[in-house]
Amino acid sequence: MLQPLPLWHRVDPLGALLTAVGALALATLPFVVFKANRIVPGEAHGLLQVLPAGLALACQVALLIAATVALVRFSAPLRLAVALATIAVLALALASAADALTPPGNKVVRVAAGGAFWLLLVCSGLMATDAITRLRPGPLVRVALLAGFLLVTLLVLAHGTFDHLSVMREYAVNAGRFPRALRQHVLLALGSLAAAVVVALPLGILCHRLPRLRPGVLGTLNVIQTIPAIALFGILMAPLGALAAALPWVGDLGIRGIGAAPAAVALFLYSLLPIVANTLQGLEHVSRSAVEAARGMGMTAWQVLTGVELILALPVILTGVRVVLVQNIGMTTVAALIGGGGLGTFVFQGIGQTAIDLVLLGAIPIVVLAFSAAVLLDALIEVMQRAPS
Amino acid sequence: MITLEGISKQYDSVTVVDSVSMQIERNSITVIVGTSGSGKSTLLRMINRLVEPSAGRVLLEGADTRGEPAHLLRRRIGYAIQGHGLFPHRTVAENIATVPRLLGWDAERTRARVEELLTVFQLDPATYAGAFPHQLSGGQQQRVGVARALAAEPQVLLMDEPFGALDPIIRAKAQEDLLAIQERYRTTIVLVTHDMDEAFRLGDKVAVMSQGRLLQYDRPAVLLAAPADPFVARMTGLSDRALKLLSLTAAGQVALPGAVDGPTVPAGASLREVLSELLWQAAPAATVVASDGQVCGHLTVQAIFAHGHPRR
Repeated sequence: MLQPLPLWHRVDPLGALLTAVGALALATLPFVVFKANRIVPGEAHGLLQVLPAGLALACQVALLIAATVALVRFSAPLRLAVALATIAVLALALASAADALTPPGNKVVRVAAGGAFWLLLVCSGLMATDAITRLRPGPLVRVALLAGFLLVTLLVLAHGTFDHLSVMREYAVNAGRFPRALRQHVLLALGSLAAAVVVALPLGILCHRLPRLRPGVLGTLNVIQTIPAIALFGILMAPLGALAAALPWVGDLGIRGIGAAPAAVALFLYSLLPIVANTLQGLEHVSRSAVEAARGMGMTAWQVLTGVELILALPVILTGVRVVLVQNIGMTTVAALIGGGGLGTFVFQGIGQTAIDLVLLGAIPIVVLAFSAAVLLDALIEVMQRAPS
Repeated sequence: MITLEGISKQYDSVTVVDSVSMQIERNSITVIVGTSGSGKSTLLRMINRLVEPSAGRVLLEGADTRGEPAHLLRRRIGYAIQGHGLFPHRTVAENIATVPRLLGWDAERTRARVEELLTVFQLDPATYAGAFPHQLSGGQQQRVGVARALAAEPQVLLMDEPFGALDPIIRAKAQEDLLAIQERYRTTIVLVTHDMDEAFRLGDKVAVMSQGRLLQYDRPAVLLAAPADPFVARMTGLSDRALKLLSLTAAGQVALPGAVDGPTVPAGASLREVLSELLWQAAPAATVVASDGQVCGHLTVQAIFAHGHPRR
């Protein structure tokens, strides 16, 4: 006869922590913050205060179910489904709260998500990612999940579900500038990455072939990596400004002491070290006997490099590219400080105006971009490793 | 035929191979044996110019190997190494097709050759052609490595410690297979090893190297009977040299006419094996039988003794 498992063996430790944090947040922090206009201090509202009675009850029941599933060791697919459903419920509750608090036709009041909402969102998100990790989905499934998540989010946003929320109010005001800022952000991050790959890949190969170069190259790139972004912008301003002054056609290309050019150069410089180091490391780990056999069978040096060494090193090189891409998407934010554009524009404007919603308008897309880039490249790396080494 | 004419290799001031001259006959197996650091691998790698000689030259069928770009030369010479060196990102079939592809063979000819080699090496094409190297056992990986080296029908096959990573039982099987392959394709094989038993088992001729110099290059029986150098004698082993000498001769080659009472032994068994069998059975003589069951003759202990010492 099997003894029934003691209760504490059926408790999921992570789920217990998430439930505790969620419950504490719900009890102590505001779910939404209401401001009569953009500048005045907000007043906090709990979840139950703002929602219509029926909706509030439904919401409570949903959160209770979520807590139960989180606490007990249910199967991963069920946990994932419940976590995703909880995120949807939270989002809908927030939208309803914003609708309920906003007088009809009023475009001055601001309703923002409060601490309880954000913490509950983080808890549900962690529960979902934990379930996904346990399910070990293949790379294509993960990309499909990401695509589905982005698609649903965009559809809901386009539908206007969140239009009464303060972040969307800020978006409505800045709708004309947003696509341009987004495009600039992506271009700066990807462009500097592409330039870095073009330079760093050959540099990494060179360091592999000529070990004498390694200390000098890696040392120099390490030093660059330690310079703070703002300082690097400052360092680049003078030479780029002088260049534009001396050669007017360079200035016409948009290369000046401030603007996108120094930002792109700085991002490029920061990108070099991870790619050079990973190229070097990837090549070092290629089986020596495979290379020896390739040469011995009559492959040319170029064929050995492209047909054997780089292909076998590719997963490690791509890991470097992933680091750089995520790092670039984050750092491009700072480019706004020197007129480089991008989503950082909203962040710094928001900080200047103490308008946290404007900061979020810049920050949330940056987080989503970085997260998506990480998921995509992780999937790509895994596909590359399918031909195992 | 491969001719080495006084080839040397120096790295800075260190001489790794010191003025070695030798002739390797066509359709034979030549084994270069020596301790590690003896220069045997460097010598082998100078034949396909993975290492360029500092002095001397290598002739392949009379033509200097420097007459063409090194990578084109290497495509005509098979090359198999210890730890097989298979490409982990390519299937078994793609691995074997490496050199045919470099040579621009058409797809059908390549496919047929891959299938033939897989069959010869006892790997079912349906199962193994699409497998990746990491899915194979060590012995199978080694066989694919040799099959890949033979893919473009090279006249010459160079092997650098090809069985070094195998356990003794699989190793013996691989050696047997190599002899069968050589019989089938008549490839000229040059093999490097540090294992004298392997050298004696495989080599028509054995070259003993030490400190970059070629000490002796001759048939195994001559190496045993008349070592040119105390080092060669040490390498061949003094304590069991009589038994080693017996192991070089097959029973069928020296059988006396007529059958006798007593045990039967196969004609392919070495005199060493026959002697062991006679000792085990406490019999004075055995009948030698060919693989088709026909009696080849007989062997007595006295007759075997006559082969157990150098004839002067």
